[in-house]
Amino acid sequence: MKFAIQINEGPYQHQASDSAYMFTKAALEKGHEIFRVFFYHDGVNNGTRLTTPPQDDRNIVNRWAELAEQYKIESPTKDEDGNEVMQTELVVCVAAAQRRGIVDEGEAKRNSKDATNIHPRFRISGLGQLIEAAIQSDRLVVFGD
Amino acid sequence: MSETIKKFLYLNRKAPYGTIYAWESLEVVLIGAAFDQEVRLMFLDDGVYQLTTGQDTTAVGMKNFSPTYRTLGDYEVKSIYVDKDSLEARGLTQDDVVQIAWEDWETEEEVENIVEVVDAARVSELMEESDVIFSF
Repeated sequence: MKFAIQINEGPYQHQASDSAYMFTKAALEKGHEIFRVFFYHDGVNNGTRLTTPPQDDRNIVNRWAELAEQYKIESPTKDEDGNEVMQTELVVCVAAAQRRGIVDEGEAKRNSKDATNIHPRFRISGLGQLIEAAIQSDRLVVFGD
Repeated sequence: MSETIKKFLYLNRKAPYGTIYAWESLEVVLIGAAFDQEVRLMFLDDGVYQLTTGQDTTAVGMKNFSPTYRTLGDYEVKSIYVDKDSLEARGLTQDDVVQIAWEDWETEEEVENIVEVVDAARVSELMEESDVIFSF
């Protein structure tokens, strides 16, 4: 089955991202497909590479990145030169990210910010990606309150 | 944009201010209109406060986004449901919630108010018949 995952809460504050991770991992291990993981509301905070939890705790951000790497949660797209490349399907909502200071290079340039903090395994994109994921997948599973 | 047409149901469960869920849920609905799906909204629990009339946010210093709900008919939203039990539990009736009109641009068919108060049985029926449920 093809799943889309939506995560509405930030890491550590709330269990949503942990539960979503465990669900996603279990689904992949069972051979299901994850079309996209979409981070919304405070969920966008799951995408910062600057997260530094204590050493004896799980690193929620890296854990997502490693899962995406291992199971290739990604899709083909075209780069600026028209070559086919793979893009990550850990997607952070741009509107929610702007409010909360989650920034990639494009956003930094557009909004004159002096830094970026997005993890390289995540990308920032629009809400249309959530709608598209819901249309394309057999199930949308939402994690949050 | 896509050939598949699915039945979308947006569940709105939280009060309009105090947290950002209501506003960011509305943003999804507005963006989602471009995808030509069959879209319905449902308001339950504290979410029924999102539709109440006469909202004034001056004292809390937040943007009053309640007028946006009245424009939903222009965003492909054809049906809006309000859970009767949630209204009653909060001492509210249909008179306390906004009216939202809808018009089909092609056929000029008009509906004066697409907001409908529904009971628990209808709520589960509507959830059951939806393909996608967004929960906010």
